[in-house]
Amino acid sequence: MNTELLLQLLVNGVIVGTLYGVVAMCFVLIYKSTRVVNFAQGEFLLIGAWTCWWLLMKFELPFWFGFPLTLAFMVVFGIALQVIVLRPLIGEPIISVIMVTIGLSIFFQALMGLLFGHETKVYPQVFETSSINVLGMQVETAYILSMVISIFVMIAFYFFFKYSKTGLAMRATAFDQQVAQSLGISVKSVFAASWAISAVVSALAGIVIGMVNGVSSALSFFGIKVFPVVILGGLDSIVGSIVGGLIIGILENLAEFCDSQWLHIGNLYVIAPFYALVIILMVKPYGLFGTKDIERI
Amino acid sequence: MSLGSSMRPCGDFRTKYASDMTIFATPVTRYLAVAFIIALLFVPLVGSPYVLNLMIQIGYYGIAALGLNLVVGFTGQISLGHSAFFGFGAFASAWLNNSLGIPVFFAIPLAGCLTMLAGLLVGIPAGRIKGLYLAIATLASQFILEDFFARANWFTGGSSGAMAEYFTLFGYAFDTDQSYFYVVLFYVVLMFTFTSNLIRSRDGRALIAVRDHYLSAEIMGINLTWYRVMSFGISALYAGIGGALFGHYLGFVSAEGFTIILSIQFLAMIIIGGLGSIYGTILGTIFMVLLPELMEWSTGLFSGMMPDLVQSLAYIKEMAIGLAIILFLIFEPEGLAHRWKRIKAYWKLYPFSY
Repeated sequence: MNTELLLQLLVNGVIVGTLYGVVAMCFVLIYKSTRVVNFAQGEFLLIGAWTCWWLLMKFELPFWFGFPLTLAFMVVFGIALQVIVLRPLIGEPIISVIMVTIGLSIFFQALMGLLFGHETKVYPQVFETSSINVLGMQVETAYILSMVISIFVMIAFYFFFKYSKTGLAMRATAFDQQVAQSLGISVKSVFAASWAISAVVSALAGIVIGMVNGVSSALSFFGIKVFPVVILGGLDSIVGSIVGGLIIGILENLAEFCDSQWLHIGNLYVIAPFYALVIILMVKPYGLFGTKDIERI
Repeated sequence: MSLGSSMRPCGDFRTKYASDMTIFATPVTRYLAVAFIIALLFVPLVGSPYVLNLMIQIGYYGIAALGLNLVVGFTGQISLGHSAFFGFGAFASAWLNNSLGIPVFFAIPLAGCLTMLAGLLVGIPAGRIKGLYLAIATLASQFILEDFFARANWFTGGSSGAMAEYFTLFGYAFDTDQSYFYVVLFYVVLMFTFTSNLIRSRDGRALIAVRDHYLSAEIMGINLTWYRVMSFGISALYAGIGGALFGHYLGFVSAEGFTIILSIQFLAMIIIGGLGSIYGTILGTIFMVLLPELMEWSTGLFSGMMPDLVQSLAYIKEMAIGLAIILFLIFEPEGLAHRWKRIKAYWKLYPFSY
């Protein structure tokens, strides 16, 4: 039993878990307000990370300028996507909506591959020191940053939905579209806003991960990994996505630990969340915090 | 035969159950279908190897896509893991042939049955969950099966893949495109006839009832769990046979070929062709097989201007698939089958379209 490795993996799990939580939150945001299951969530990360990388490397913009510029681009991108692609599909059956986001996912993944190639590219050095010592363990600065940003995003989400007028409108729309509309809320702009917010926050996560691991098409796998997380937490629960993210992040690393110490199966790190996913679906399909679908006959 | 009986009257009234259950609406369409199959028999004599290759591809992908259409289009369950079954069939057939020495002739249907068992296993969650949740469960099964292919050395040969022998019958080896075409054609006709008959039977109508309104279906005495799980099993049977044909055609099966992208391509086939349409499945498969060829051809055309384009061909093909899915869902959500119906209706009523 290797305690140091276990501890290191647990810390990794918490860090990756918060990132999963943030991405899952974006996914839940779109699902909750527009009832669209976004299979292209991972591509949002990818597009954000590549855009930022491109601005920093090609135009050699400083980070403090290129970063907000990327986020601004993602706002426009998210709104455009909703208006052009998703709006015509309102009221279509669930298979159409799923397929259109899958179509978007492969389209953008291929487009990014076409534009930037398939090799992993690294970001320019943003911080002076690459790792610092926390409680006797070496932790990369970017990881610390990712934790800080993730927690900041979560708190911002909380206050946004609790107190801001737009956030309230979004919650009302999520609760009941018709009632919200009759009270004068523009459901269209709420839909666009939720896609924009989701795109921006995903891009943020993408850039953070890109800074640590480099940017490559592997980033879009986060969009798949988000499914175990949201199913565990409940598809329409923001709190659930954070809790689910942490649990799946830790579970992944524990699986890795068991694998390397005892089992030696290999690849368990990638596949364990999917086994967990199937088990959760069989036992508790609506997750920890999700609302149960009650159908009227 | 007079012209009058070949055309259906303006209002399509069917007054007997028997007339509602026929496979072909009029005798002429039946004769046309038979004539079309007979015409296909002569294709290997005249077609170039390139054309034959494409038609064989359309054949085995079409069989698998038809299975997916049964589960998605007719039963209304979403499956994102169809390529895993396709791969399972390919590996199972190669394994039965290599390890157990079963001739390929028997290995193909047996591989279909084995894949059906796998499909029933994966379909178990379908008894409990539906819609979106089921889609995610099948997505998970896709990754789990992919992982299984890479891991199970005894079954798939692991990362090095499995060899698949040629199809032989009475000592005659179907090792050329010309001869293998007939094997694929046989299975295509068999599976499509089987599906047409399944859909007009009690079981087929039960599947459609489950799709249209599952609560009403259950109240009318249809066992929901049974039919949902069964539809997964049958769809896996199709995918298994399609995959086995694929494996014995290429002669080599590698675990990398059956990714989520192929599953999406299968879904694209049935959505572009038309959900819940049997001939639409074939139209969609033709579209999806020809689309990459079209992209290859057009990049060849532009490569004089942009020489880099050829290297990024793989990306362009994928982009075309994604774009085709999006555009069809926005502009023609009912697929090519619906478009074909509209074209026929236009000419039937021409020039007075109302």
